[in-house]
Amino acid sequence: MNGQAVEFPKQALLTRLALSDSGFVFDPVTGNSFTVNTSGLSILRLLQKTEDWTDIIATLQADFEVSYSVAERDVLEFATALRSAFK
Amino acid sequence: MKQTWVKPFLTPHRMGGMNKFGAVRAQNHQSDLDGVEIAPLLEKYGSPLFIVSEKTLRDNVRRLRRAFATRWPKVRHGWSYKTNYLAAICNVLHQEGSWAEVVSEFEYRKARANGVPGSRIIFNGPWKPNDILELAAQEGATIHLDHLDELYALEQVACKLGKQVPVGIRLNFDTGYTDSWSRFGFNLESGAAKDAVQRIAASPWLKLTGLHSHIGTFVLDVRAYAAQIRIMTDFMEQVERDTGCVIGYLDIGGGFASRNALQGMYLPPDQIVPSFEQYAEAICGTLMEATQGRVAAGKPLPTLILETGRAVVDDAEILVTTVVGGKRLPDGRRGAILDAGLNLLFTAFWYNHEVKPLRPLNGIAEETVLYGPLCMNIDVVRASIMLPPLNVGESLVIRPVGAYNNTQWMQFIQRRPAVVMVTQNGDVAVIRASEQLEDVSGLEQVPQALQVPFPQGLPA
Ligand SMILES: Cc1ncc(COP(=O)(O)O)c(C=O)c1O
Repeated sequence: MNGQAVEFPKQALLTRLALSDSGFVFDPVTGNSFTVNTSGLSILRLLQKTEDWTDIIATLQADFEVSYSVAERDVLEFATALRSAFK
Repeated sequence: MKQTWVKPFLTPHRMGGMNKFGAVRAQNHQSDLDGVEIAPLLEKYGSPLFIVSEKTLRDNVRRLRRAFATRWPKVRHGWSYKTNYLAAICNVLHQEGSWAEVVSEFEYRKARANGVPGSRIIFNGPWKPNDILELAAQEGATIHLDHLDELYALEQVACKLGKQVPVGIRLNFDTGYTDSWSRFGFNLESGAAKDAVQRIAASPWLKLTGLHSHIGTFVLDVRAYAAQIRIMTDFMEQVERDTGCVIGYLDIGGGFASRNALQGMYLPPDQIVPSFEQYAEAICGTLMEATQGRVAAGKPLPTLILETGRAVVDDAEILVTTVVGGKRLPDGRRGAILDAGLNLLFTAFWYNHEVKPLRPLNGIAEETVLYGPLCMNIDVVRASIMLPPLNVGESLVIRPVGAYNNTQWMQFIQRRPAVVMVTQNGDVAVIRASEQLEDVSGLEQVPQALQVPFPQGLPA
């Protein structure tokens, strides 16, 4: 899987999000708010620092009990959700 | 220690917030049926799997009988075969004293094959071919005429058999509460029913002994039945006066709602579906009033016949299905693909079935579309339901599914799965094996010239 091919929302857009440990996500520009679960929160936090696919999956595997393929599949799907939430 | 992985998700906060009922419902799960664990059954019989509760089925029909028998002296239940004619289900109900109510040659023969004698069969329906009409007349079935051609056909049959055949006629009329199913039976308002009665009275071969009507299905307003009884008892008095016949029974058909959520219904079924007692109160109360003078006049109180289908069997059966894939839809909702769809769950066209995970699931519920496995756009089991993230292999219980699915299911794209019954003693019995390819293709015959697909060698 080539991480370059995965398109996440622009990093500037993601870094402005306020993330709380409880999973509350607030976008100060649009005023929209969201709920994420633990894994989603981890991914958002990672994305605020890096867009490197290998890093993201490796970090998730270090923190969670998850296989490479499941993590990859689920992050891919999460990217779709992020793109539709943060346009 | 590493944390457990739950599929990542993100839900926007919309005006009005998340559906709190959906969230609450999704927290529930169902891991057993009558104390029998479901997961091992899936291992053994495969997924999807239909599971019937014998206990619920018996409880339901007993409650129905009790509700009416405590309010009217003569009550009979005819099991509506088309609602679910798996032989084991029919015979549970026959063991509880229900007759068979059939609507075709196929169903008549099925009832006979189940061991039901013709004398305990109620024969309805708009098409009764001659040979089966003759058999039914011979065997003493309760035949309900649907139209004039059938009246003439039965008269000929009776003449041929050389005996007078008792008959009932099916009526249709406007109760003011339900759409009149005017395509079945003889219409009352137009005078067609009266004409048919006169014609029967004039025949040496036929004798009118009963009246039948079925006012609709999933009838939520008990007043519709009170109206039906008033109309039928008025007509009974009228035909007895006009022709001197004696009406021995009133068959009011089926139609009681089951505890299922019709699409477009806003309140949960528990709040709007009347109980058997409420239906019985409306029906028997009206019957009591309308027949007060009969005993004094030396006429019998009519037997009340019920053909209740869905309300007896619907919640006695569940369908267990398994997630085979998931996707994020372009509009942000989650989609899950199940191994069971409209091919098995015809009733998903009009019900929003209850869906519960087999085990408690982690994560916050979000809006999910449940798709079936068919390569067809219409194959949607639930268009919108709040469920936690679903992994491949996660199983879901869909309920209630006992009515009309095991008869209207179709062999389309997929084979039909096994149906098992959890018996009263807690055993599990297969009551219909899962279909194999040979079961489907075994009926096909291929002409000699078409036996091989590529006689000239494989195409490019
Ligand atoms: C003649 C007749 N009787 C009984 C039934 C059973 O109806 P329900 O399942 O609504 O009780 C039907 C269903 O359409 C019917 O047509």
